[in-house]
Amino acid sequence: MKKKVQKRELLLQGNEAVVEGALKAGCNFFAGYPITPATEISEILSVRLPQLDGTFIQMEDEIASIGAVIGASLAGAKAMTATSGPGFSLMQENIGFAVIAEVPCVIVNAMRGGPSTGLPTMPSQSDVMQARWGTHGDHPIIALCPSTIRECYDLTIKAFNYSEKFRVPVLLLVDEVVAHMREKITIYEDEDVEIFNRVKPTVPPEWYIPFEDTPKGVPAMANFGDGYRYHVTGLTHDIRGFPTSRPDEIDPFIRRLFRKVSQNFADIQIGEFYQTDDADITIIAYGCVARSARRAAADGRERGLKVGVLKMNTIWPFMRASVEKVLRTSKVVIVPEMNMGQISREVKRVNKGDAKVFTINKVDGKIITPQEILSRIKEVY
Amino acid sequence: MSYRYDIRLSGSGGQGLILMGIILAEAIGIYDGKYVAQTQSYGPEARGGSSKAEVVVSDAEIDYPKALKLDLLLAMNQKSCDDYYMDLKPDGILIVDSTFIKQLPTPRAYQIPFTRIAREKLKREMVANIIALGAISKLAPIVSSRAIEAAVLARVPKGTEKLNRDALKAGMTAAQKVKKISFPNTPAGFEDEDT
Amino acid sequence: MAEITRLIHEYLRHDKKFPHVWCPGCGIGIMLGALIRAIDKTGYSKDDIVLVSGIGCTGRLPVYVDFNTLHTTHGRALTFATGIKLAKPRLKVIVIMGDGDAVAIGGNHFIHAARRNIDLTAIIVNNNVYGMTGGQYSPTTPYGMKSTTTIYSNVEHAFNISELAVTAGAVFVGRGTVYHAKLLDSLMEKAFAKVGFSVVEIISHCHTQFGRLNRMGTAVEMMQWQRDHSVTVEKAAQMKAEELKDKFKIGVLVDRELPAYQDEYEKVRKWAKGTEKR
Repeated sequence: MKKKVQKRELLLQGNEAVVEGALKAGCNFFAGYPITPATEISEILSVRLPQLDGTFIQMEDEIASIGAVIGASLAGAKAMTATSGPGFSLMQENIGFAVIAEVPCVIVNAMRGGPSTGLPTMPSQSDVMQARWGTHGDHPIIALCPSTIRECYDLTIKAFNYSEKFRVPVLLLVDEVVAHMREKITIYEDEDVEIFNRVKPTVPPEWYIPFEDTPKGVPAMANFGDGYRYHVTGLTHDIRGFPTSRPDEIDPFIRRLFRKVSQNFADIQIGEFYQTDDADITIIAYGCVARSARRAAADGRERGLKVGVLKMNTIWPFMRASVEKVLRTSKVVIVPEMNMGQISREVKRVNKGDAKVFTINKVDGKIITPQEILSRIKEVY
Repeated sequence: MSYRYDIRLSGSGGQGLILMGIILAEAIGIYDGKYVAQTQSYGPEARGGSSKAEVVVSDAEIDYPKALKLDLLLAMNQKSCDDYYMDLKPDGILIVDSTFIKQLPTPRAYQIPFTRIAREKLKREMVANIIALGAISKLAPIVSSRAIEAAVLARVPKGTEKLNRDALKAGMTAAQKVKKISFPNTPAGFEDEDT
Repeated sequence: MAEITRLIHEYLRHDKKFPHVWCPGCGIGIMLGALIRAIDKTGYSKDDIVLVSGIGCTGRLPVYVDFNTLHTTHGRALTFATGIKLAKPRLKVIVIMGDGDAVAIGGNHFIHAARRNIDLTAIIVNNNVYGMTGGQYSPTTPYGMKSTTTIYSNVEHAFNISELAVTAGAVFVGRGTVYHAKLLDSLMEKAFAKVGFSVVEIISHCHTQFGRLNRMGTAVEMMQWQRDHSVTVEKAAQMKAEELKDKFKIGVLVDRELPAYQDEYEKVRKWAKGTEKR
C-alpha cells in the first residue's frame, strides 16, 4: 500500500517560512522584541509555540531576548530570536557569550537599511560585516542567507542543525525583500528532513569534561538539570569550564572554537553555480540580489553574453573555494550588493588576479534590478 | 521559453492593497497552480502614504521577484496612476478606481468606481479592494473567477463571507459592463473559463 | 563545626577553585554562607539548582559552588535566568547580583522580571560601589559620598533597591545585612520557598574601595555601621519618622500572593491548544 503523502501547499512570506522551518527543526523556545521587518516571526510564534507546549516570551529589549534564548538553550531548549539591525546591534555582546560558552541558538536578522534607525521598512544587505565581526573578540561565526521562500525554510532548519552540531550561535540574514516576499512552498509533513540534536554526554557526571577538546572540536553538551553540574562562563575557561589565565589553556581553547567550524567548511558552505562553467562574466550574489542576478544572467545569455551566477547561501564562513573557482574561470566577476561593498571586499581579497572584480553598490533602499546588473556588465565587459 | 506576467496593485495605505496582493497570489499560486512571487512596499503609515503590492506570475520558477514591465496595473488613486503608468507594457492593462482618478493617462483604461460601489452598494468602503479583485478576474487573463473566490473566502474574517462574495460579484458585474476595449495579446493558457 | 565541614564538602567546589577572589573581610563570604545554609534547609537536590550571576565581585560566586552554575554578562543575569526557568520550570533558579549589576546596567531587566513575576530569586549584594573595577560610584552610592569617579562628592541620588522591587511588583522582598547573618538565612529560606519573583537585598560593605575613600574604617567598623543604622521592620513600625531618618529597615518588607509567570503561561498553552476556554 502506498503511503499517503501529507503535504501542505502554502503561499508563505519569508518570515512565515522561517517559522515553519524553525518548528520543523524542533524550535520550542522563542524570546524576542518587536521590530520591523522581523515582527511577523514573533507574532506567529506567539500563536504556534504554546500550541506545541513550547514557550514564547516578549522580553523588555533585544539584550534580554538573546539572554533568555541562551538561558533556555542551556536548559535544553532549541531556542531562537529574531530582530533587525538596531536590535541585532544590541544583541552583539551576548552573541559573543554564546560563542565562548558554546551555546547553540539561532538569531534571525531581517536586514533593513542603516546605520541606526535607518530605513525600517526598506531592504538592505548592510549587516554582512556586522554579522561577521559584530561581537568583540576573535571568533568564528556561521551566517546563512536565503534568497527564496523555500530557502528560508530549508536554511532555518540548517541553522538549527549547525547550531546544535557545532555548539555555536548561527545567524540567519534575511533581507527585507525576502522577509516580506511571498511565494508558494510545498511542505511535506513526512519529509525525511535531517534534524540534528546536540550530542549529550554518555559518561557519568564525575567523568564529564564539559569543554573537552575532542577530535571534532565539539564537546558533548549536558543540559542544566540533567545531573551534570558544571560551570558556564563568559570568561575564557579551561576544559572544565573554570576561568583560566594560563596561556597553555587559553590558546588551544580559542583555536578549538575556530577549528570546530573550519574543519567543517564542506558541510557548512552552501551555494549554487548557475551556468558558470562557460561563463566569461560571473555574478556573485546573495539574498534577494541573487534573484536579480539570475534574471540578468538569463537576459544576458539571450543577448549572446556568457553570464553565470554564483549564489551564496552561506555568507560566513566565506565560501572561498567556490569564489576562487569562478575567479579562475571567468574574465569578469561582478558583485552586486545592497551596501557599499562588504562581500566584494572578500572577493577582492581572495582574487589572485585571474578575473577583474567589479562591484555594484546600491544603498537607496531599493533592490538591485536585473537591468542595473546588465548595464554594469555592458560598462565593464 | 517560460512566460512572465507582472502585476502591480497601487494606491494609498489603508486601501487593502497588500491583502489584495496576497489574495491574488494565493488564487494564482495555490488555486490555479502557477508560480507566483508577491512583494510589497509601504511606508511607515498604517493609513495614508503610498502603498503597492506586486505579483509576478510564471509557469517556471521566478527569478526577479519584483514587477518589471507591467502587464497589469491597478491604480486606486491618482498619484499611483500617474507614477506607474509609464511602467505599463504597450499592450498592458490599466484598471483604475474612477472614484478617485479623474485624469486618465490613456483612453485605453478600464474605469470602475470601486470605492463608490463599495460605499453605495455594499455600504462598506473597506471592500473596494475585493470588488477590484472581482473585476481583475474578469478583465485580466491571469486568474480564474473560481480561484479568486476560493482565495478571498480563505483569507477574509469569519462571518464576512457573504459581504465579500457580494463584493466579488459586484466587481465582476462592473467589469463585464466596461469590457469594451479588447486586448488581443492574451498569452496562451490564460483563457478564463467563465467568459 | 562538623556541620560547617559537611556543608563545605557538600556544596563548595572546594578542591577546585579556591582561594577565592574576594578581599579578606568582604561581605560576600557571609552571604555565601547564608546562601548555602538556606539551600541546604530547603532540601533541593543540587542537580535542580541553577545559580546565575552577572559581572563584578558577586559575579564570581557561582564558580565556587557545586550546582549548575552560570556566569553571564554584566547586568544580564536575570535574562538568562528567565530563559532557564521557562525552558525547565522544575529547576530552582537563583540569581546573584551586585548593585551595579542589578539596578544600573541591569535595571531594566530587574523591574521587568519583577513586573512579570517570574519565579526566580534575586539576591542582590549592595555595597554601594563598583568594587571589582576599582571603586566607581553606583546607583546606590549615597548622595555626598566619594568614589573614584565622584572624587569631589557624589551629586546623584541613590536607588533604594528594595523599594524599587516592591514597586515593580516583586511578591517577596526582604532586606538584611551581612552583620545580621542569621536574618539572612531566614530571608533566603523564605525567598526560596516563595513562588514568583523574590528579592533579598543584602547591605554589605566594600572596605577596600568605598570604605577607604570615605574614611569608614575597617570591615569590622563598616559592619558595626550596618548594625547601628538598621532597624527591624517590626521595630520601625513603632518609631517616629525623625528617629528613622538615617536608618534603613531590615526584615521582610513585602510578602504577597500573585500567580507566577510560568503558571500564567501554562494557561496560555491551554488556551492555545483549545483544552481550556479563556
